[in-house]
Amino acid sequence: MTIDVLYFAWIKEKVGTGQEQVSPPESVVTVNDLIDWLTGQSASHASAFEDRDRVRAAVNQTHVSFETPIKDAQEVAFFPPVTGGGT
Amino acid sequence: MIRVQDVAFDPGAEINVFSGANANSGAIASFIGQVRDYASGEDRSAPITQLHLEHYPGMTDRELARIAQEASDRWQLHDVLVIHRFGPMTPSDAIVLVCTAAAHRAEAFSACEFIMDWLKTQAPFWKRETSPDGDTWVDARQSDQDRADRWALDS
Repeated sequence: MTIDVLYFAWIKEKVGTGQEQVSPPESVVTVNDLIDWLTGQSASHASAFEDRDRVRAAVNQTHVSFETPIKDAQEVAFFPPVTGGGT
Repeated sequence: MIRVQDVAFDPGAEINVFSGANANSGAIASFIGQVRDYASGEDRSAPITQLHLEHYPGMTDRELARIAQEASDRWQLHDVLVIHRFGPMTPSDAIVLVCTAAAHRAEAFSACEFIMDWLKTQAPFWKRETSPDGDTWVDARQSDQDRADRWALDS
């Protein structure tokens, strides 16, 4: 399973890249599993996911909870809570 | 119509075009969100020299279209316009414009407010403020989430 993983805002800065292709093992079933696995890949990833309450996720460009399976995911994105619009 | 763009736009001119194209609507509501000249954090006196908006290309358009569709499902609307900028901006630049057209004001007002409340908590944009102290990512506010939650369906 190959997945495009995207990072935005300060999470991108902490990971050190905005996009990477990953091939996690089959034991990685949910978004939460993917975060666990990514955290083990490098200190930068671990730092980005240090406080998961500050992280949101999307699978195939749709907001999801961390319990969502990633079986059909081509694209998984991680980002902080959004802050668009006016003030 | 949904537009996500990095070039500046003139909200007044856009509203005029929108109104002119919806002569069958008795009510046009609009909201303009613009770049403030002071920081969003505790120290409200810190001057902002630039605001940078990052977004998630592709998902941004999908989310805005979904929010506009949800508004059209909830209220009798004749037309909806959402313009949202990304990239670098300076104080008083328009960040976002939402226009709604309906037969009467109640629908137009409610739908415009709903679109902004959902946009602020669901459209994938992130603000970074530049001040003399450096760059800071703007934190999401609980008050914005509370406003969006008010629109939860009663069912």
